[in-house]
Amino acid sequence: MPTLKRRPLPAAGEADDVPRRLFADPGVPDRVFRAVARGGGGLVLAVMLLVGGFLLLRAWEALRRAGWSFLTTAAWDPDSGHFGIAAVLLGTVLIALVAVCVAVPLATGAALYISEYASPRLRQTLISVVDLMAAVPSVVYGLWGFFWLEGHVLPTARFIATYFGWIPLFKVDGADPHDPLAPETVYTSSTFIAGLVVGMMVAPIICSIMREVFSQAPAGEREGAYALGATKWGMIRSVVLPFGKGGMIGGTMLGLGRALGETIAVYMVISPVFAVQPHILQSGTSSVSSLIALRYGEAGEFSMSALMAAGFALFLMTLVVNFAASSIVARSRSGATSDA
Amino acid sequence: MTLAPQVPDTPAVAVPEASTAASGPPRTVLPAPGPGRPGGERRRALARLRTSDVFAVVGAALASLSLTWLLFTRLLPFDGPVGFVVIAYALFLALYALLVSFDEDGPAVADRIAGAFVRSMGLLLVAVLVFVVGYALWEGRRALPHLNFFTQDMKLAGPLDPLSVGGILHAITGTLMQITIALVVTVPIGLVCAVFLNEVPGRFARFVRTIVEAMTALPSIVAGLFIYATLILGLGLDRSGLAAALALSVMMLPIIIRAADVVIRLVPGTLREAAYATGASRWRTVWHVVLPTARSGLTTAVILGTARGIGETSPVLLTAGFTAEMNLDPTSGPMVSLPLATFTFVQSPEPAMIARGFGTAATLLALVLLLFVAARIIGGRGPGHLTRRQEHRRVTASRRDAQRFAARDRETPSTPQDAVGT
Repeated sequence: MPTLKRRPLPAAGEADDVPRRLFADPGVPDRVFRAVARGGGGLVLAVMLLVGGFLLLRAWEALRRAGWSFLTTAAWDPDSGHFGIAAVLLGTVLIALVAVCVAVPLATGAALYISEYASPRLRQTLISVVDLMAAVPSVVYGLWGFFWLEGHVLPTARFIATYFGWIPLFKVDGADPHDPLAPETVYTSSTFIAGLVVGMMVAPIICSIMREVFSQAPAGEREGAYALGATKWGMIRSVVLPFGKGGMIGGTMLGLGRALGETIAVYMVISPVFAVQPHILQSGTSSVSSLIALRYGEAGEFSMSALMAAGFALFLMTLVVNFAASSIVARSRSGATSDA
Repeated sequence: MTLAPQVPDTPAVAVPEASTAASGPPRTVLPAPGPGRPGGERRRALARLRTSDVFAVVGAALASLSLTWLLFTRLLPFDGPVGFVVIAYALFLALYALLVSFDEDGPAVADRIAGAFVRSMGLLLVAVLVFVVGYALWEGRRALPHLNFFTQDMKLAGPLDPLSVGGILHAITGTLMQITIALVVTVPIGLVCAVFLNEVPGRFARFVRTIVEAMTALPSIVAGLFIYATLILGLGLDRSGLAAALALSVMMLPIIIRAADVVIRLVPGTLREAAYATGASRWRTVWHVVLPTARSGLTTAVILGTARGIGETSPVLLTAGFTAEMNLDPTSGPMVSLPLATFTFVQSPEPAMIARGFGTAATLLALVLLLFVAARIIGGRGPGHLTRRQEHRRVTASRRDAQRFAARDRETPSTPQDAVGT
């Protein structure tokens, strides 16, 4: 039982009337409760800091040996001392960017559809479907990407490479667009396909955050827009989208964070190369997480340290993206109450 | 929350008001709250459908299909179903805009086009997602009908053996064991931490919350790498089910804390204040008011975290090792789980192994689906909403309390005692 204790009143004339400190004694059970709760919080904090700390500790040897060339070297050959994350980092970022470019229009459209256009009963079903999809294991997306998508997306990749190959990003070395019998293997296992798979994976996550934010747009402002003669799209453009802007950016960045860290689906689709390869339609790419999954088994002590360094770089990157995302969401008008 | 505007009241209320106005000063009359959410506003359905709209959609669809067919088969050197769909869709939007512009003006045309685009995007996302899941389930149809798939492990089955030999029992038990250990670790810590974030506020709690939020997107392979660095390289343990479970815990912990934090934040502050006002201590308030109110949401949070953890491959890949045999001891020896088994099966070029991989993926999906449905059933209610049985139980308990108080008052009528236990 909390009780309010105070020091005895000073005798009259003994001292001036100073403000007394009030002190609430919470009692033993409450003190224990607070200590346990604080301990739980501290434990979680310790685990989370340990993750970063331990990775850095293990990575230190490789980082010290490689120095700044760790960021600029493309090859991955730690045993000869020639290794760096330039290629894998570029691959990771390109895959994530393709994924976000695919996922954001899809997710925005779907979120608007669910929150603005769908009937209430359909809305509930769609919310469940999208939330379920966010929980589908990544290995299932990997299976889909490897066994179905890769075969069906090749004509599209060839089309883009043939007609837009003059853009450096879409260039494919070794492809001959004028030879109809040319093998399509130059287009397989590319950044583009991996990005599509990861995009499908992060789309539900982005969609559910955006939907949450859109549905919080105040009804009064919506009806105000209608009262001024706006069409539904006019209302969405002038009320819902500005209101949900923070959530849209934050959701996109959270999706980007997930896309950067995705391992298994990417690993199943791509064929790893360790050279700077900026052509997204061309076969062969790499990502930090698939590098770790590929090489951890055969790694000796020093190569393991190098892999830890790569993992630490990935960790830092997702941490920065995620911090930015949550601060954008929290600062936006809609983000004060949303859990995004 | 917006307050209802203080408009002059309706005539039905105004008449008695006018008759009493002579006897005293005029009183403020608040309009009765509407049938919707108390005090809030409700969105109205404004959609209408006209025949001309339907004609425009159908006409544009038919025209775009025919035009695309003409382009594809007669005029241009394109091929592939994806190209057909993309061009047909672009043509559909253009033709639809044209048809609508015959009898509407600019903003209405933009409205229709945006509506069509948004609807198709929503449909596309859901269709793709359903297709991804349906594909895995459908491809699993070759392995799933064999009963031995669920009752044997892969010890006796070589890569060339037909599907009637070998199964994934070892992966199912491995998954269940790993997720159980992970839950035993994460649920208490996660819930205590979520309670801490909400009930012991302060600078430290804010800091922990920021860190936890940032860790929600921790790449799962980094979680695996952490456990690999500490337990396997640092302490020299073997790869085992326990290490995999701990890696899963590191990954699931922020997810569960985050979800539980959101749910606890939704518990109305008035409930807490009411508990404090009766003199309850902080921890009694948490135990008897906050946690029971948020129970269904907390369950959902845990189940959804489980669903995420059960499907993770990469932490398990690094820490569990691979085995074709059943291993019931999580502390020693490699232990395989469902996603890891899927991943390993489909690396093989043999069709039977790939079929096993899809069968394993279908089993895993069924498990995730089951968890998700459970979460929906339990978590369909907001904080404080009770099922009929819970409500009945609550009423009965309250009645019992009243009888107990009455009996006690009869025994000692003169000395009033503190009703709130500590």
